[in-house]
Amino acid sequence: MEFLNGLVALANFVLIPAVAYGAQLALGALGVTLIYGILRFSNFAHGDTMAFGTMCTILATWWLQSLGVSLGPLPTALLAIPFGIAGCAALILLTDRVVYRFYRRQKVKPMIMVIVSMGVMFIYNGVTRFIIGTEDQNFADGERFLIGAREFKALTGLDEGLAIRTTQAITVVTALIVVAALFWFLNRTRTGKSMRAYSDNEDLALLSGINPERVVMVTWLIVAALATIAGVLYGLDKSFKPFTYFQLLLPIFAAAIVGGLGSPLGAIAGGFVIAFSEVGITYAWKKVLGYWLPDTLAPDGLVQLMSTDYKFAVSFVILLIVLLFRPTGLFKGKSV
Amino acid sequence: MRKLLLASVATALTAGTGFAEAQTSEAKIGVILGFTGPIESLTPMMADSAELALKEVNDSGNFLDGVTLTPVRADSTCVDSAAATAAAERLVSTDGVVAIMGADCSGVTGAVLSNVALPNGIPMVSPSATSPGLTTAEDNGLFFRTSPSDARQGEVLAGILADKGISTVAVTYTNNDYGKGLSDAFISNFEANGGTVTLSAPHEDNKADYSAEIGALASAGGDLLVVLGYSDSGGKGMIRSALDTGAFDTFMLGDGMYSDALLADLGTDLDGSFGSVPWSEGPGTEKFKEVSDAAGINGESTYTRESYDAAALIALAMMAGGEATSEAVKDNLLAVANAPGEQILPGELGKALQILKDGGDIDYVGATNVELIGPGEAAGSYRFYTITDGAFETVDFR
Repeated sequence: MEFLNGLVALANFVLIPAVAYGAQLALGALGVTLIYGILRFSNFAHGDTMAFGTMCTILATWWLQSLGVSLGPLPTALLAIPFGIAGCAALILLTDRVVYRFYRRQKVKPMIMVIVSMGVMFIYNGVTRFIIGTEDQNFADGERFLIGAREFKALTGLDEGLAIRTTQAITVVTALIVVAALFWFLNRTRTGKSMRAYSDNEDLALLSGINPERVVMVTWLIVAALATIAGVLYGLDKSFKPFTYFQLLLPIFAAAIVGGLGSPLGAIAGGFVIAFSEVGITYAWKKVLGYWLPDTLAPDGLVQLMSTDYKFAVSFVILLIVLLFRPTGLFKGKSV
Repeated sequence: MRKLLLASVATALTAGTGFAEAQTSEAKIGVILGFTGPIESLTPMMADSAELALKEVNDSGNFLDGVTLTPVRADSTCVDSAAATAAAERLVSTDGVVAIMGADCSGVTGAVLSNVALPNGIPMVSPSATSPGLTTAEDNGLFFRTSPSDARQGEVLAGILADKGISTVAVTYTNNDYGKGLSDAFISNFEANGGTVTLSAPHEDNKADYSAEIGALASAGGDLLVVLGYSDSGGKGMIRSALDTGAFDTFMLGDGMYSDALLADLGTDLDGSFGSVPWSEGPGTEKFKEVSDAAGINGESTYTRESYDAAALIALAMMAGGEATSEAVKDNLLAVANAPGEQILPGELGKALQILKDGGDIDYVGATNVELIGPGEAAGSYRFYTITDGAFETVDFR
């Protein structure tokens, strides 16, 4: 019983939140890594792309809600995601047409593309705030919990509660489906293979008759879908605020780089490494150890490796160590 | 007839010159607020309110034999100490202001005080800087504020817990001057009352995820979680995360957490939680609403009352000192703000000036029941509220 209590406390405060947060970061990092692998630049506008896609989804959600459409226990926003993806894709393709294509034709250095993407970031930033405002938007409806902390206690008779939010479960399930679909697409379909070929060697890909504009367009479409889904899942789980999405850029990039830029598998692993290190290393083990150790050994202090002030330091130290000893990331990506 | 005409023209001319002379004798008051930056949405109303008080003084015609008070605005930016210092420096050296109404945010206020006000001997009256650090800052008696220090709020919060008989809490605060100052004040008062703080953990605003902070706080335990943050960013994130994981279900909220949006988002989940927020009520507050409405100014906005009072106190102190100088403000401000004397409400500045002119005493009440304590800061009254059925419910004022 004591052991179970400890396990439940650990699951409630570390495992479940970290898995959900990791899945959100992984989806974001997948988008960053795809752009890096195929278009060859670090897209700083990714956080705001997520914000824009989420905003479109929220507007569609409101419209659906006004029509009385609902998914019962699931959030209506899931139905609105296709609208969000469409809106986001339209914006991204327009940006590519107007901005990125010009620089691509000039064959500018990746660094210039990075700066260009920062410009795009500020524009997206402004557009999103202009349309929906800077405030928090709460658009989750349906059941909030799969199981709440109090219900769990009543159900199992344990002292510790375990809460699983619907959105956390949806996040993990959706992330699994999206990742599986993406890998199937990249490895099995003709377009996916041509994208990988283009990523591996642009010149050879062009020689074998791959249409570069098509590859670029498909990449942007996938990125739009990934960004919107990641943004909506995050927004459902926490709440939507443009500024927070802008701040998400940092952990997302850390995840993509730790995993290896350009490697989809790495992006997923990186997302979970960053999430678990942020939540796990600063966790105070007092409660869990109190359950697991005999009473005589139970700790008085908090048994916290590091104060939570350092949680960002932790993820960046991991980033530095990876870059120093494995510049290509955990899963052989491209060196930065 | 011609003589008569000439005579009247001559009289008119002399009168005109006399009038012009009175006009040229003016005293400038600096109004330094963050017109750009994080509180740019609040500062226009604050400046309008301060200027409303100065206008009232000028219009009364009772002020120091026709001296006119002229406001000069400058931008404190709220966050950039260097920019605020430069702006204040310009006010003093170029515009020649004799007193400053401002600054607004605690950080820039401290910078202006030590870099500009102290070396030049210019008194400052801040309407909104609440950091406890400013109480003990070296000021040579030049610094006043019409908003209460957060040290007082820390005392109020600890008092509420003592009344409720709660002795073990966990604390989280937003990681800046405001959050740190308020949490230090609260913890020292709470521990002096015999309470125990299991863990005091800062949180950053606008971050993606607060699971780590909540995990640590839940492990530390406590009867409730004290949240000293902002309702529209980190503070709300912490509460949501705590509610979701079942770590805490009761919260005590600092003044930054008081907002209707918070209740709208979290609904009845917050029932049973409580907190405090600076609040003024009474005839002065109502009178200020009348006066500001009549002038077409939004007097309901945050810190507008404090701004009006700050500017009014500067003018009254000059009148009591008999000259529009920095020394007069510095030496007489406490005397006009506190008892004894006739109580003065907003809109009665002309009457107050007349009393001072006749050698009487005044006790400026103003829009916020001004009572300056210690080194010249508002005692402040706080509203202790609980949340019942998803609405704020006043318990009492302290």
